[in-house]
Amino acid sequence: MIAYIIRRLLYAIPILVGVNLLTFALFFVVNTPDDMARMQLGIKRVTPEAIQKWKVERGYDKPLVYNTGAEGVGKITRTIFYEKSVKLFVLDFGRADDGRDIGHEIRTRMGPSLAIAVPVFLLGLFVTVTFALLLAFFRATYLDFWGVVACVALMSISSLFYIIGGQYLVSKVWHLVPISGYAGGLDAARFLILPVMISMVAGIGSSTRWYRTIFLEEIGKDYVRTARAKGLSELAVLFHHVLKNAMIPILTGVVVVIPLLFMGSLLVESFFGIPGLGSYTIDAINAQDFAVVRSMVFIGSVLYIIGLLLTDLSYTLVDPRVRLQ
Amino acid sequence: MSEYIVGLKDFAAALKAEDHALAAVGKGKAWLDLSKTPLAGVELIDRYRYRIRIKGRYPQFAYWLAMNFFAPVPIEADRFFAQPGMVEKNLTLDWYPVGTGPYMLTENNPNARMVLERNPNFRGEAYPGEGEEGDRAAGLLTDAGGRIPFIDKVVFSREREGIPYWNKFLQGYYDFSGISSDSFDQAVRISVEGEASVSPEMKAKGIKLESSVGTATRYFAFNWLDPIVGGGQADPAERVRARKLRQAISIAIDWEEFISIFANGRGIPGQGPIPPGIFGFKSGGEGINPVVYDWIDGAPRRKTLERAKGLLSEAGYPNVRDAKSGQPLVLYLDTTDRGPGDKPRLDWYRKQFAKLSIQLEVRGTDYNRFQEKVRKGAAQIFVWGWNADYPDPENFLFLFHAPQSRARFQGENAANYSNPEYDRLFEQVKHMENGPARQALIDRMLAILREDAPWSFGFHPKDYSLHHDWVSNLKPNNMARNGLKYQKIDAARREKLRAEWNRPVLWPIGLLVAALAAGVMPAVLSWRRRERTLGRSQ
Repeated sequence: MIAYIIRRLLYAIPILVGVNLLTFALFFVVNTPDDMARMQLGIKRVTPEAIQKWKVERGYDKPLVYNTGAEGVGKITRTIFYEKSVKLFVLDFGRADDGRDIGHEIRTRMGPSLAIAVPVFLLGLFVTVTFALLLAFFRATYLDFWGVVACVALMSISSLFYIIGGQYLVSKVWHLVPISGYAGGLDAARFLILPVMISMVAGIGSSTRWYRTIFLEEIGKDYVRTARAKGLSELAVLFHHVLKNAMIPILTGVVVVIPLLFMGSLLVESFFGIPGLGSYTIDAINAQDFAVVRSMVFIGSVLYIIGLLLTDLSYTLVDPRVRLQ
Repeated sequence: MSEYIVGLKDFAAALKAEDHALAAVGKGKAWLDLSKTPLAGVELIDRYRYRIRIKGRYPQFAYWLAMNFFAPVPIEADRFFAQPGMVEKNLTLDWYPVGTGPYMLTENNPNARMVLERNPNFRGEAYPGEGEEGDRAAGLLTDAGGRIPFIDKVVFSREREGIPYWNKFLQGYYDFSGISSDSFDQAVRISVEGEASVSPEMKAKGIKLESSVGTATRYFAFNWLDPIVGGGQADPAERVRARKLRQAISIAIDWEEFISIFANGRGIPGQGPIPPGIFGFKSGGEGINPVVYDWIDGAPRRKTLERAKGLLSEAGYPNVRDAKSGQPLVLYLDTTDRGPGDKPRLDWYRKQFAKLSIQLEVRGTDYNRFQEKVRKGAAQIFVWGWNADYPDPENFLFLFHAPQSRARFQGENAANYSNPEYDRLFEQVKHMENGPARQALIDRMLAILREDAPWSFGFHPKDYSLHHDWVSNLKPNNMARNGLKYQKIDAARREKLRAEWNRPVLWPIGLLVAALAAGVMPAVLSWRRRERTLGRSQ
């Protein structure tokens, strides 16, 4: 298995180089280093000297990918792409255009993002799996029918509606929790209840229907009939046998998103004023801050690769027949 | 700045040389002690005062002294933050500013909140005892002589979305709020006389409205270098022709309608570049743009479309075709508006030109490309605006000064307008003190601009803001950013009203629990029944 993990990690290197190259190309097709300088220096009274100074201070005065003025390997290394990208592989993200350390910003913002994402993930998983098992238990009854109808209704509504509606009812009309905001420590709880509940409700419909389908497929299999024939209760059948055997498709969808929880949610964080990572990339794109954009895309790619690797590894835990070679 | 302050150029050169010398010995990041380098134009009077000598006359220099780049910074702070490793640890002067003002920035997290707290070492200032007309009646001088600031702690929270911000303001968690287009109808009522006031709902909460005309202007610019709409042609007849075309378009663009549709009435149509509140602006009949408006029954009235069409015909476009080539008249507008939400505005622009049967091609680009086009003088007509840096007419009139041409000299004259008489007058006006002589020259300059029409003068936006009645000593000022120290909060009243407005309603929690129980009970009963039934049947 170790050889498998090492091989997968080595595969990640060309993928990350490719992602970096693509990010670099897309960013600099739209923005030039001069545009970036103008954005940071302001619109009024920006002299060519000020622009040049800004670029020199931040290393944007060099050619993008190929330096014809340099000698030997310097043609490649003395370029914006090389200088800005290579350090990423040792997780040195450098500084944003406003001078702040990107690594520090990410670490600071990660906490609030996780404070929402982890409860949403865990509670959501628990509720949706339980609800789906219930629907499977009551399959072909009116409870199943209305449960599926509720799921379809829940997934048909935009998450923005849940957010605005939730804020209006729970916070504005009933005054039960603050509309938005964030505080550190235990104080965060009263700010997080509403976004966590709303995010969970918004995700129930689609996940429940997906898990219900998986469970119904498993319920029709022979081993379930055997379990029932042994005299096991339906609950024991569902939780001990069906759930275990349905874990592979569930893990495929679930484990891959665990690392991405660090990236936060743009919409929820924006509406609830959570100072997380969700909007960091968007803010950077608007400010034409390439240093932040490439860092966030890089982290996103790394986390996704880790997520896929963890998914593969998790298969071996729930299904002894799976071997990673 | 070095153009004006005596010796600043030499000072900069000396610092640069010192920096290079340090860099040559591997100390490129070493702290430069500015106090060691002489600056000829600056003289120290005593511990708290210094004198600056400038070249020639430049009355606007007084405004510079109020800008952030003149804020005094202790040399100790500069030296402290220049220590090795400080930047690497995110410890920089711009993040942890040290100054002499009434407040200290005690928390600086622009992503969440910023907190200002009373500076215990503030030198102390008294609340002013004199004000403008009406200030006493408005209660703005009640605290005259009181030591400012009145507020101990000010918290700025970042709200990314308008809806939560607005609702929290209504709940009393924010003291102030702007008014977005979405909430405008809920917050403001406009009377038949055009007077704005808060809606009954806001009034019931004691919310108050402050409005002021911004020291800003929005406009359509005609690129002076363009052969169709510009004015830089060698042939005088061509110049006249282009001028009449610009005048015709200026008449046709109905800015009153634009303000009504797209700004909720928050603006006043521009009669020139200078907004109200700035010296040089004239209200009433004598302040109108006679090329575009007539003064009828005590109000400006836009000239008729017939007049615009007549000008177009005189410009050599009878039936909106070039009299010589017979080609239809197609003009190009560059703008950064290009999203789905901008479509109504773009359609409105087309409609204005269509009134003269001119076909308008809108070229929406991102801001970088837009700026590049303007910089290169490649845009024909474009939408832009200007916010004043300081409250002096020079800060608006220099936008038409030929040596400020954007395409030629990378200046702020984005339309690349050029008129020798205007330039000559500008050189005089910029060094004059406000007074009748300056006003006379400004009047002449405005007359030239109105006649030449390098801009279709759009509108000066009006700023509306709301605040709760526990806030006092509030007077809108679009130029000054130091109003916080004068303001006062009745914290006890705020607490009382907040508690009153936000009493928790608990019955929904009970209802939710009951609904969940009602939903779960049949399932539990059904499960138990099934379990028993299955047991018996097996």
